[in-house]
Amino acid sequence: MMMMEGNDLKFIDSVLEKYGNDKTKIIAIMQDVQERYRYLPKDALEYIAGKVGMSESKLYGVATFYGNFSLNAKGKYVMKVCRGTACHVRKSSTVLQALYDATGTSETDPNSDDGLFTLEIVSCLGACGLSPVVMVNDTVHAAMTPEKARALVEQLREEG
Amino acid sequence: MRERIKNLEEFRALQEKFIKARACEKRKVLVCCGTGCAAGGNLAVYEELKKQMAEHGAAFEVSLNDNCGGDATGIKKSGCHGFCEMGPLVRIEPEGWLYTKVKAADVAEIVDKTILGGEFIERLGYHQNGELYKRQEDIPFYKKQTRRVLEHCGHIDAESIEEYFSIGGYSALCKALFEMSGEEVIAEVSASGLRGRGGAGFPTGKKWAQVAAHTEEPVKFIVCNGDEGDPGAFMDRSCMEGDPHKILEGMIIAGVATGSTEGYIYVRAEYPLAVSRLSIAIKQAEEYGITGDDILGSGKSFHMHINRGAGAFVCGEGSAMTASIEGNRGMPRTKPPRSVDKGLFGKPTCLNNVETFANVPDIITKGAAWFRSVGTENSPGTKAFALTGNVVNTGLIEVPMGTTLRQVVYDIGGGIKNGKKFKAVQIGGPSGGCLTEEHLDLPMDFDSLKKVGAIIGSGGLVVMDEDSCMVNIAQFFMNFICEESCGKCTPCREGTTRMNEILTRITHGSGKMSDIDELRSLAKMIQVSSLCGLGKTAPNPVLSTLQNFEEEYIEHIRDKRCHCGTCKALAQFVITDKCIGCTKCARNCPVNAITGTVRHKHEIDPTKCIKCGTCKDNCPVGAIKEG
Repeated sequence: MMMMEGNDLKFIDSVLEKYGNDKTKIIAIMQDVQERYRYLPKDALEYIAGKVGMSESKLYGVATFYGNFSLNAKGKYVMKVCRGTACHVRKSSTVLQALYDATGTSETDPNSDDGLFTLEIVSCLGACGLSPVVMVNDTVHAAMTPEKARALVEQLREEG
Repeated sequence: MRERIKNLEEFRALQEKFIKARACEKRKVLVCCGTGCAAGGNLAVYEELKKQMAEHGAAFEVSLNDNCGGDATGIKKSGCHGFCEMGPLVRIEPEGWLYTKVKAADVAEIVDKTILGGEFIERLGYHQNGELYKRQEDIPFYKKQTRRVLEHCGHIDAESIEEYFSIGGYSALCKALFEMSGEEVIAEVSASGLRGRGGAGFPTGKKWAQVAAHTEEPVKFIVCNGDEGDPGAFMDRSCMEGDPHKILEGMIIAGVATGSTEGYIYVRAEYPLAVSRLSIAIKQAEEYGITGDDILGSGKSFHMHINRGAGAFVCGEGSAMTASIEGNRGMPRTKPPRSVDKGLFGKPTCLNNVETFANVPDIITKGAAWFRSVGTENSPGTKAFALTGNVVNTGLIEVPMGTTLRQVVYDIGGGIKNGKKFKAVQIGGPSGGCLTEEHLDLPMDFDSLKKVGAIIGSGGLVVMDEDSCMVNIAQFFMNFICEESCGKCTPCREGTTRMNEILTRITHGSGKMSDIDELRSLAKMIQVSSLCGLGKTAPNPVLSTLQNFEEEYIEHIRDKRCHCGTCKALAQFVITDKCIGCTKCARNCPVNAITGTVRHKHEIDPTKCIKCGTCKDNCPVGAIKEG
């Protein structure tokens, strides 16, 4: 229970209170927690399971079922690379490869060593008219090319 | 600021006030702030517009609530106009002019010439084949469409309930509350012939009647499926972002008609803007007493909730969605019982798609006969499609059911990009199929498409040109299904994995001729024995490409060739006689596989080539061929 102290505890309690400790709201609870920590810390999950009256194994089952939840710390910039059909036919695979190369990540290791980037493949961002698309946190970058992808990584790296 | 509306008279008075306020805004600038145009920089355009107007000392208003009754110019953030290819878009009223590819730097000129001077700026207008189209409605992309569901998308401020009132919004709800009984509402929806727009095409009125029939149940639910998971589809997103109140109105009417008091909207996590616009809409509706207890003083209640998805395609399936709302793993269950009998929290549940609900208000105000005035006998009304891929005009469109593929791809879409040849259209996402040239004149409606092994699905249309490899597309969808299969039933979990393995090896050049039969038999097994619709339809992309493009599979297996050049493992780069000997390719090749002397034709050593395509991308004369 290393991290579940002071402010962290207060924060998680506030989230639980917002959803009335209701276990049917567990997905929303985890979404709020992940928004703050950029992943779901193990201690937090254990604490939440106890509070809403759900077994830890069941909570783990729900958390691992959904693609958006991560049990590992994510980078500051989560880059969602759209691999939907429209992006695919407009060559999103080359954009993805350029991003892997530029951030030093790969399909098996999507987090960059400097903690800045996490690469995620998403099935469709619904911005097909602008394909290929990459979403960084909540910002959509349209009509990507390998060159633009490399420039984007450079720019984000400078911003730190 | 917003006060609870206590009765019908108060509502009518308020609506009247905003209809008048809207009429006062003689000139209006609508800045598209859908996901597409916002990404293109239109938020900056909007801010700049406000700044420049203030600097010019020109009166303007952003909200109908500030209406002065005078002649102020309205500066509005609107939802998606649909013509994403030409974004960022700005619409000028009353003329109906459309400015395309607008940048913040253009704003000064727009304020000066157009807003204050009433002059059209040709440079920002839309040109096609050398012709200028000033008015949005005259542009071929729009002219051939019939916009009903999307009628107000892009024409009103999506974040203002007052704007929705000003175009007659929530009149249908009033009619359903005060002039009609629940049975009459359901009868009207049934008579309209509206069928579920999520893909399966189940008659909406019938579904509502089944939920309403459970009079013994005090708790029933309305669920709106906004988990638009099909890759290549964004109709529901645009609808939720551009006209959120229309969806709420449809849901509340469904609630009133079926006797349900709780409504849930399940929206994909990938659509943050839709979540935010819907949340604003719900808050505003609550403030006015349009949702909550005792709606508009009618004594009826309806409470609205939003659930954000967490990234699982299978949650678009009804029983998986309700499982997810309940806080479980989103896995489908065996049916029956159907969700109209035992759905969310084990209670009767009416689950419809976003577009289905958005059709409802007009059916109630204008009637079933009006709804049936377009479309076909068995598929009346319109359908929104997301037109994407290798087509000139990509974007969001709405056409009568039964419109042919040719009209959509050529008349609205403007044909194939870069003058290439049409090859196929993938319709209906991972559950759908491919339509080819021979289907170009096929009317697109639920039944005609089913006959040729495709489905309307949620409405994604991905156009593919002659350079698109169909085996690769089949593998792409199968890979998608493998990753998204929830794993509950074996045929889907293991069967799709085997199919993906076979397709992958074919695209890598190590397929066997027996693989084609193997694919067909696996497909049949998965179709008949999977638990839910996702599994049952998963083999469709493979089956339909096998049916229409078997020779491409054979080419990959027997000749180890992919003439489209898509399958990298099979690709071969060849320098043609067009080569001018500029040496650019040789200098750019990362593995020094290209040799040759200046001003002489170069050669690629296929044993060294890693097929990265850099040479082809950099060749100034297009002398390098792939395939």
